[in-house]
Amino acid sequence: MAHAKNHDYHVLPPSIWPFVGALSGFIMLFGAVMWMHDNGPWLFLMGLAGVLYVMFEWWKDVIVESHAGDHTPVVTIGLRYGFILFIMSEVMFFAAWFWSFFKHAMYPMYEYVGTEYIQPEIYSVNAFELPLINTLVLLLSGCAVTWAHHELVHGGSRKNVELGLLIGVLLGIAFTGLQAYEYAYLVNHRDYSFAGDVFFANFFMATGFHGFHVIIGTIFLAICWLRVRAGHFTAERHVGFEAAAWYWHFVDVVWLFLFFAVYIWGM
Amino acid sequence: MADAATHDHGHEDTRGFFTRWFMSTNHKDIGILYLFTAGIVGFIAVAFTVYMRMELMEPGVQYMCMEGASFTAQENCTPNGHIWNVLITAHGILMMFFVLIPALFGGFGNYFMPLQIGAPDMAFPRLNNLSYWLFVAGSALAVASVLSPGGNGQLGSGVGWVLYPPLSTNEAGYSMDLAIFAVHVSGASSILGAINIITTFLNMRAPGMTLFKVPLFAWSIFITAWMILLALPVLAGAITMLLTDRNFGTTFFDPSGGGDPVLYQHILWFFGHPEVYIIILPGFGIISHVIATFSRKPVFGYMPMVWAMIAIGVLGFIVWAHHMYTVGMSLTQQTYFMLATMTIAVPTGIKIFSWIATMWKGSVSFETPMLWAFGFLFLFTVGGVTGVVLSQAPIDRVYHDTYYVVAHFHYVMSLGAVFALFAGIYYWIGKMSGRQYPEWAGKTHFWLMFIGANLTFFPQHFLGRQGMPRRYIDYPEAFAYWNYISSIGAFISFASFLFFIGVIFYTLTRGARVTQNNYWNEHADTLEWTLPSPPPEHTFEQLPKREDWDKQAAH
Repeated sequence: MAHAKNHDYHVLPPSIWPFVGALSGFIMLFGAVMWMHDNGPWLFLMGLAGVLYVMFEWWKDVIVESHAGDHTPVVTIGLRYGFILFIMSEVMFFAAWFWSFFKHAMYPMYEYVGTEYIQPEIYSVNAFELPLINTLVLLLSGCAVTWAHHELVHGGSRKNVELGLLIGVLLGIAFTGLQAYEYAYLVNHRDYSFAGDVFFANFFMATGFHGFHVIIGTIFLAICWLRVRAGHFTAERHVGFEAAAWYWHFVDVVWLFLFFAVYIWGM
Repeated sequence: MADAATHDHGHEDTRGFFTRWFMSTNHKDIGILYLFTAGIVGFIAVAFTVYMRMELMEPGVQYMCMEGASFTAQENCTPNGHIWNVLITAHGILMMFFVLIPALFGGFGNYFMPLQIGAPDMAFPRLNNLSYWLFVAGSALAVASVLSPGGNGQLGSGVGWVLYPPLSTNEAGYSMDLAIFAVHVSGASSILGAINIITTFLNMRAPGMTLFKVPLFAWSIFITAWMILLALPVLAGAITMLLTDRNFGTTFFDPSGGGDPVLYQHILWFFGHPEVYIIILPGFGIISHVIATFSRKPVFGYMPMVWAMIAIGVLGFIVWAHHMYTVGMSLTQQTYFMLATMTIAVPTGIKIFSWIATMWKGSVSFETPMLWAFGFLFLFTVGGVTGVVLSQAPIDRVYHDTYYVVAHFHYVMSLGAVFALFAGIYYWIGKMSGRQYPEWAGKTHFWLMFIGANLTFFPQHFLGRQGMPRRYIDYPEAFAYWNYISSIGAFISFASFLFFIGVIFYTLTRGARVTQNNYWNEHADTLEWTLPSPPPEHTFEQLPKREDWDKQAAH
């Protein structure tokens, strides 16, 4: 066999990370079950640490490979496809939560003949106070990231790329902070609770999973910011940046749906 | 075992055992890992059914007793329905998530889709291995679920593979949570695999191989990947709701808190119906190649075959509530789901008739893979026809949750998908291992399985028509006759499975060496047949030339 690679695809050397990652995932989830049944969080935390470590090492490898020139044009196209497909699967994940929300909003259980369920009094959030501010914060953050992207692609200054990303990250953190404030306010002053009624379940799980994605996106952008500072990314080669920006816009769009459905329509 | 077989040809393979099988970034090795692991999990899932058929062989409860489960009939037995419920649950979950998808999509998809499109490997080889190990982690969680404290103060969860609330939200213990996480992990594994497959298919086809020149098996895997990508995340959402209902007091499915158990059924089946096509589509791909090869003719109607698969994939997403005719939907809804469901018979019919037309005036010979394909055609059609019967909302009123349904879905899965799986194994084992199975052994396996599986499931149509409900440990005398026959069939099928394991062991250790690249005939004309058997560690380091794969006029 002639072991001469004569194509532009990326053939990878063996890697231990998938195995360690799956093993850590197993420990983490097994630990989560133990934790949920009051046996302490330790197993879960050990697994989580393993998962985070693998993420770090794995993506470090990817960056190293990128700098070694393994990411030829055809490979970067593949990476883009892969990330778009990942976002599509995320969209379908949110479809389940919206499904539950719309079902209960349109066909609440007290409408059914013979049911005894009476919806408790629920204070509805005024969408045009904090949620509107949050919408603007998130959209502005998206604008900042797009500005950074623009500066990168069209030969602007790297300082501006850095600045745009930094603004994006800070606004992302602001969004998370405001959302946390809103949760705390609702729970402490408006009798919201996670358990007890399906309205709360839908509200907290849908906005909560969105918030979780905001945190992931913020970390992703922050990594890109660090990478820009370290001199990574050029006008032609910046798949990681692009993926972070796409992810951020996806998080934006999910929020817009949440804002219009859960907040405005929910009033 | 696979190790011994594939090492034999001695390409300059310097990787150590651990490096090769635990750190793999090689689509062929990962495909083999998938197939073997799925085989082991499959053995567990099949063993469960044999025990269940033992119990159902005679009226009354003889084996699954409160006094303890045993393999010998007990005199004074207090029936223990929990064991029964755990076994049906585990059988369903294991077969759906940890045997059929991993074997057909993970195993053959991984091994042969890249080969058929002339790609050197998958687009994301490392991610590919993560898919595999997550599948193993999921299997481990699923098996742990059976063995850990569950409902009724016993081990395991007895809620059915669909995990319907309120059963699944009330079932006590760790077991149910482990099962939920098992499905989460298996879903993540499949979604990552799907991303990988779609990207590979779109981005790495051989030069000149336009979409409608791609072999049908690769197409089937591609469409399956789309269905996995769009259906499984929705399931992840639904079972996350279950998890929070169980552990954190949310009331998604609890009517006392304004929740709706039927909502779960809708979301589950929005995934669950595509799931059945996810399982069968790769089988369609395999059958197309096998029938073309052994009819010595190109497959009839390539374009309709592709579009029929696409149509099945799309329609599969909009028919889910035909699983729920009895939950109290409006007549308008039922009418819609009934009509949409029947529509699927059209593309499926296109496929069946195109396979028949492929054989028409062909030079048909019945080597083992063709036997399986032939068996598939006949049996899948039976399952498809009972499917059309069940799609009728009024008739389903009668058949719902009877053994007629059990017979129907085992005809499409146990006899459809599994026969396609065996067709694929016998078709490609020489390619994968470099050794060929003894023809008589393959044929014996086929006939044992064909007789056994039909004997198991055909009588279940009668039981269903007599009104025997599914998911019960016991039944009245009136159902005894066909249950007895069905159990004998299950034992024959199990014997055939044991025989199959023997065949595999024999083939991989002592089977005749395969010397030719293409050991069938020139109608096995996809790219894997241009490679040595087994293929070297890295294939297509020099991308294939058009004349290697383009054997036909443009479609």
